[in-house]
Amino acid sequence: MEILVLVKHVPASDASIKVAADGQSIESAGLSFVLNPYDEYAVEEALKTKESKGGTVTVMTLGGAETVKTLRHCLALGADKAVRIETNGKNTDGLATSTILANKVEELNPDIVFCGKQAIDNDDSQVGPRIAAKLGWACLSEASSFELTDSAFSGTRDIEGGKESVEGTLPAVITCDKGLNEPRYANMKGIMMAKKKPLEEVDATPAEAKVELVSLTPPPPRPAPTILGEGPDAIPALIEKLKNEVKVL
Amino acid sequence: MSKIWLTFIEQREGKIKKASLEALTLAKDLASSVGGTVHAALIGDAVQGLCSQIAEYGASKVFLAESPDLALYSGAAYSKALAQAARDSQANFVFASHTAMGKDLLPRVAAILGAGMVSDATQVELQGEDLIATKPVYAGKAYKTVKVTGQPFCLTLRPNTLPPKENAESGEVVTVEAPTKPFLDFVKEILAASTDKTPLQEAAVVVSGGRGLKEPENWKLVEGLAEAFGPGIAAVGASRAVVDAGWRPHSEQVGQTGKVVSPTLYIALGISGAIQHLAGMSTSKFIVAINKDPDAPIFKVANYGIVGDVMEIVPQLIEAIKSAREA
Repeated sequence: MEILVLVKHVPASDASIKVAADGQSIESAGLSFVLNPYDEYAVEEALKTKESKGGTVTVMTLGGAETVKTLRHCLALGADKAVRIETNGKNTDGLATSTILANKVEELNPDIVFCGKQAIDNDDSQVGPRIAAKLGWACLSEASSFELTDSAFSGTRDIEGGKESVEGTLPAVITCDKGLNEPRYANMKGIMMAKKKPLEEVDATPAEAKVELVSLTPPPPRPAPTILGEGPDAIPALIEKLKNEVKVL
Repeated sequence: MSKIWLTFIEQREGKIKKASLEALTLAKDLASSVGGTVHAALIGDAVQGLCSQIAEYGASKVFLAESPDLALYSGAAYSKALAQAARDSQANFVFASHTAMGKDLLPRVAAILGAGMVSDATQVELQGEDLIATKPVYAGKAYKTVKVTGQPFCLTLRPNTLPPKENAESGEVVTVEAPTKPFLDFVKEILAASTDKTPLQEAAVVVSGGRGLKEPENWKLVEGLAEAFGPGIAAVGASRAVVDAGWRPHSEQVGQTGKVVSPTLYIALGISGAIQHLAGMSTSKFIVAINKDPDAPIFKVANYGIVGDVMEIVPQLIEAIKSAREA
């Protein structure tokens, strides 16, 4: 089975994000970048699929030379080969990114594609379902459980107040949620082997984005905090606020 | 210039999601300011009866795809039907709510239409003829504002961003060809959590617990406080630490790798306030924190804080809330 994983190199979830002076970007100095946390579940599910069904796992990303670190990390976890798509700094939106990726997916012709349910930088959750729709494939987004037979899949996804079970046929795009599996760690042997695994680099020219960035701004400030007191003695003051200001009582 | 907005109205089991009416209200507000037209799209089985309710919120036409095959959601089929409705209605903009269904559906529709899209918008306005949308990025650690430069264009609106507003229109029903089975992917079954539970993202009050609860057995304090607000009001959330420790399921996690919530009131019990947690709740209207460490970062985002042991404070707080509600 040919298995493809789409990954992204993003600032870690514990990173503090500061908008740069230009109001158009974030300050990247001192930021630590990692494999997008939801993609960890995608890589793990791909490796598990390979272990049960055989085949190869290819990881692919769209990004600059700095993303090689994340691709090598995926190779160290057990992926067989990697592809980096370079857009030479050209601005991409969900449409342009997914179009480039979908073209390459079509060329690689895998049986199944795994990716995270969203990248924790733009939080768009567009790329997976977009690729599936563009290629006319099935999709299970935000998978919290997943099972594969030879030509079909089943799984669940969280919905408001519960879950729904989804079935479909291959080829398919599966976007992965936390809780799908327990991602493994890279071991020393994996890290050594990753250095010798193939990493292909290709250029792509994105179509013009359908959005233009106006600005990036810090979140609106929270009101100044008030400490009502210490211990249970502060409860009456809190009740008064909940009743008269928050109006939930 | 007369622009057309098409809003997808989500229904489950014949009931319209309130969040869809919020998206319809946004479309109506924008369209009214430029003399535009608002249409709605409804997909399901035997749902035509909902069209009059949709008209009350401002849709002059309701594009309806109805079939027993569409009783349960299918991303593959619903996206075909909605894309067809977008073409039939000549929509410039296709709106939906950023719900579990909306975020699966709209990217597919955008792909079929070759359209751009903004996900999870929290503010949308027209500047002249330009649609300008703002959305949280990095789970709300920053906000991105973009100008839409191509049409048709898709957008999902974060739930609870604005109140739905009635503004009656004719709501003429227009039939859209319904896709027929087999579908590439489809929902087999809805596995609802206990129906008396309020969904985390729709709750007016969210009570979350963290490591300060000390042991999973003490979770009853978090649940007890949520219940004290009365039925259907409060939901329970959890910090990443207690989810990773296996006390609580991931579906309850609030934060950058969990749910992002924006309730009227967020109560953090024994949660220190790691950056990734704050990212998931800092747009709440009011935040109350109870923590024994006066220097905990959670107090920096809280409107009101109490310094102390949650084990000691929460039982008394539950009683105080109950008596305040009875008074």
